[in-house]
Amino acid sequence: MKRAVGQISILIWKDLLTEVRTKDLFGGMFVFAVLTIVTFNFAFDLTGVNRAPSGSGALWVAFNFAGMLGLGRSIALERDRGSLDGLLLCPVDRGTIYLGKFVGNFLFITLVEVISVPIFAALFNINVFQLSLLLVLLLGTVGFAAVGTLLAVMAASTRSREVMLPVLMFPILLPVVIATVRATTLILTGQTADLGPWLNLLGAYDLLFLLIAYVVFERVVEE
Amino acid sequence: MNALPAEQRAETSMTGVDSPSPVVRVSVSNLTKRFDRRNVLRSINLELYSGERVVLLGSNGAGKTTLLRILATLSRPTSGVVRINGLALQQSPQEVRRHVGVVAHQPYLYDDLTAGENLHFFARMYDVPDELHRTAEVLELVGLGARTKDRVRTFSRGMQQRLAIARAILHRPQLLLLDEPDTGLDREGMHVLERILEHHVASGGTALMTTHDLRFGLTSGDRVLLLEFGRLTLDAPARELVEEELDARLSRR
Amino acid sequence: MAINRPRSARKSNGGMMLGLLAGVTLAIGLYLGLVYAPEDAVQGNAQRIFYIHVPMAWVAFLAFFVVFCAGIMFLWKRDPIWDQIARSSAEIGLVFTTLVLLTGSFWGRPIWGTWWTWDARLTTTLLLWFIYLSYFMLRAYAGERDRAARFSAVIGIIGFIDVPIIYMSVDWWRTLHPGPVFTSSGAAMPNSMLLAMLVCLLGFTLLYAYLMVLKFGIEQSKDKLLDYQYALAEREAEGAVTA
Repeated sequence: MKRAVGQISILIWKDLLTEVRTKDLFGGMFVFAVLTIVTFNFAFDLTGVNRAPSGSGALWVAFNFAGMLGLGRSIALERDRGSLDGLLLCPVDRGTIYLGKFVGNFLFITLVEVISVPIFAALFNINVFQLSLLLVLLLGTVGFAAVGTLLAVMAASTRSREVMLPVLMFPILLPVVIATVRATTLILTGQTADLGPWLNLLGAYDLLFLLIAYVVFERVVEE
Repeated sequence: MNALPAEQRAETSMTGVDSPSPVVRVSVSNLTKRFDRRNVLRSINLELYSGERVVLLGSNGAGKTTLLRILATLSRPTSGVVRINGLALQQSPQEVRRHVGVVAHQPYLYDDLTAGENLHFFARMYDVPDELHRTAEVLELVGLGARTKDRVRTFSRGMQQRLAIARAILHRPQLLLLDEPDTGLDREGMHVLERILEHHVASGGTALMTTHDLRFGLTSGDRVLLLEFGRLTLDAPARELVEEELDARLSRR
Repeated sequence: MAINRPRSARKSNGGMMLGLLAGVTLAIGLYLGLVYAPEDAVQGNAQRIFYIHVPMAWVAFLAFFVVFCAGIMFLWKRDPIWDQIARSSAEIGLVFTTLVLLTGSFWGRPIWGTWWTWDARLTTTLLLWFIYLSYFMLRAYAGERDRAARFSAVIGIIGFIDVPIIYMSVDWWRTLHPGPVFTSSGAAMPNSMLLAMLVCLLGFTLLYAYLMVLKFGIEQSKDKLLDYQYALAEREAEGAVTA
């Protein structure tokens, strides 16, 4: 157990260090997220009085697309350089490798979100600085990263991987999209009383799919 | 190429300080591997011993890389039993991985990390006990001691391959698998490889190497295996083989 | 003198019996539903499509459950037979899901004036359709057979577990955007309607079983054929070399 934690830590360290030096993923994801939000302003009316529901939708669509972009690139890089094989050579549980990748992806996506949200708040004059919003962000991103890491590894081994990842992810992630958008809207319109069930849904989803992905990952990477 | 002729090397290893009787390092029985209903390896039976340098020859598509990948635990056999140091591959893959080091076409390195950081990463993944000392040691062995703090992206292909060798021996594996190591290495790299292989084999390790270059193969190993269409059709000491005959045989495709 | 029928003949006999049983049950069920059962007080005769729509939806989800179980077995045991079962059931399931969506539309239009509604049941069925689709896309793009089988097994498992969660989330979301729900009249069904529904349910389930037997046989034969083809090709190649 302690070994696994150490190995997960070193995996995360490796990915973070690489990202800090290249800013490969973060830069692209961040720009993409903000551009999506800006575009949505013109597609939907994000300046009117009812902007909270449309706004939370725009926000989460932006995060989903940016997240998928990041996931796809991160896994493609590993696979193309053959470094996934290098990891598989090591005497490390495959589930542990999955967790290492999952936490890394989770951190990248969360970072993009944390910086995008204040920009969103400024652009649309919506007060977003509430603790419950942070909770929704975290729970939603855990689910997204948990499922996304697994599906991205699968998609990366297929032809047409850029198309394959969204096709796989969108149906499976629908509950997360619904829950995060609803919860965000509730928070932005001050109706936090009804938040409970949505948070429970997200929490259950996260635990369930983290577990499944952890178990199944081994069979996905073996050849 | 700077490999010693086979006879000389055989003598050196035989007069090594303490030559214990050879142990079976790798045992392969009835190994078959199918991809998409295509048989790539068929009923391979093979034993590799400690202190041996074995060369695996065969034309493209004969199954050399596949066999190596199976021994490296990167690929599962379709049927058959493979044991490394007595451990069954399919039952205890994690244990087996500790005993195996791989040098392949891809260096398995992270371009944006330094040489030192790369080895630090792998040392942790392999639970190398004396990490700091060992990392410095292998970097010296491959002649990259001065480049510890340089990012791999700045290395030439030859240097990257040398670092890959360092990575492969970091955890002191008893079985070294090398897939066409001669293709990526510069001259200094070839010296380095030869030194490392000699030392490895002299201390009881086993090395299995594939190559395209017939001459290099014949002078680089004690024993030669030939794969044709997924079958092992030749298994003989290197010194009994004649280069021209083998060449004719291989070019009959 | 005992005559031993060859195995294939015995199997096809069993299959035929099943098909016959399915056909008969369906015929009875459809008669009950389309003729015998009373006309619906509110919806009129258009409601009768219910006797086809609901059982097909049941089959669509049953088929996916089979994909789920077969996927787990394949990942665990690695025996190709489980993949043959999984992909057979997936194909039948996809067809039935498509029919459910179509019949739902044809039902909704005359009665509620709309081709579609985002209620939990229909939406979940639509999502199921997409998951089935991704199952087959993945198989098509995965490259080699074993990888296709492993990956699609994973999607089958994840997809099936997700279905109830999708249903719940859409259902809760709907409480804020209520709209028409394609369903039969709320009042308790008279016994005759219930009987018709149950017989149709049984009939369609038997139909699924029959189609499974057929499809599974085809998939098994496909795999065997590939085996023979490659064995033949190799023998020829080897013969040319050793000659």
